[in-house]
Amino acid sequence: MRYMTDRKRATGLGSARSGTGHFWEQRVSSIALLILTPLFLFPLAYNMGDGYESVRAAYGHPINATVAVAFMLTAFLHFFQGIQVVIEDYIHGRLELVLIITMRLMSASFALIGTIAILKIFFGA
Amino acid sequence: MVQLTLPKNSKIRTGKTWPKPDGAKRLKKFMIYRYNPDDGENPRVDTYFVDLDTCGPMVLDALIKIKNEIDPTLTFRRSCREGICGSCAMNIDGQNHLACIFGIDEVKGDVKIYPLPHMAVVKDLIPDLTHFYAQHASIKPWLETRSAPPAKEWKQSIEDRKKLDGLYECVMCACCSTSCPSYWWNEDRYLGPATLLHAYRWIIDSRDEATGERLDNLEDPFKLYRCHTIMNCAQTCPKGLNPAKAIAEIKKLQVERQV
Repeated sequence: MRYMTDRKRATGLGSARSGTGHFWEQRVSSIALLILTPLFLFPLAYNMGDGYESVRAAYGHPINATVAVAFMLTAFLHFFQGIQVVIEDYIHGRLELVLIITMRLMSASFALIGTIAILKIFFGA
Repeated sequence: MVQLTLPKNSKIRTGKTWPKPDGAKRLKKFMIYRYNPDDGENPRVDTYFVDLDTCGPMVLDALIKIKNEIDPTLTFRRSCREGICGSCAMNIDGQNHLACIFGIDEVKGDVKIYPLPHMAVVKDLIPDLTHFYAQHASIKPWLETRSAPPAKEWKQSIEDRKKLDGLYECVMCACCSTSCPSYWWNEDRYLGPATLLHAYRWIIDSRDEATGERLDNLEDPFKLYRCHTIMNCAQTCPKGLNPAKAIAEIKKLQVERQV
């Protein structure tokens, strides 16, 4: 039993004065992905069946490589922000914090791995 | 926190089936959630039979008839019986609605009546709305001004008054908030559709001078942004209002003042 008024319970810790940035970025990144996803997949689909070297050569083109890097960064930012909302919805307490940090590290790692892989193809290493 | 099963003390048992009235031609079966905090037992669902030839047309009429003629222990809130007080909100046939404006003939088959979902139950069909009301109070649902009060009244143009239509009609019955999964899982921090609709009602009031503070106080990942446009609120509102749209408008204003 805690002698707390209903109003105190409803107000809680007050407003975080944030959240709009997260909301807006999610909307903008989803629109960006609508454009970037087909552009990213197009070189792959165009060279389908032409063998490994031709696909490599396609992503060696500066425009394709730029689109691919932009796609990687946007996709994993969008993924992380989405999964963060899901975690906040369904899981509370210490596990929530652990999961959010884990997902942030995982998304950042995947974005980096993808970017480095594309750069590797681009610079022909 | 999400709960996929009912807690042990909320699991529903089969209750009593009350006898059918004598000589009735048009019988309707009502299955009603019963819970008494004093007997220490789990909730149950009792079955009643109502003669539609001697009963009013609305679900509330049937509840009153049951209380008067069959089982006086049946407990529920009601007052105006015309959809203006918001007291008799309950879950009828799987949908949150006001019993007084929900026709018995709108339900095909048996009428199943439960209290508003995912709320602590005080008794039978009465949910505990304490926190819901405290959340409403927390957004300061009144006119806030800084300027010296005018000699006669705060004036408002016809166009600005029109912006309050579809908002001021809310009777705080809690049908929307208790139909919202986000509110079920996060009612401690998420304000819920009803409170946010009221918040928007004051945000867009041309006479209110605390717009910025109101937006400040709502800008929070939980208070406002738990709304994921599920739209259960708009679908269930017995007054035909659209809280989801009001919430979207608040989000638009939040973006507008930052971008």
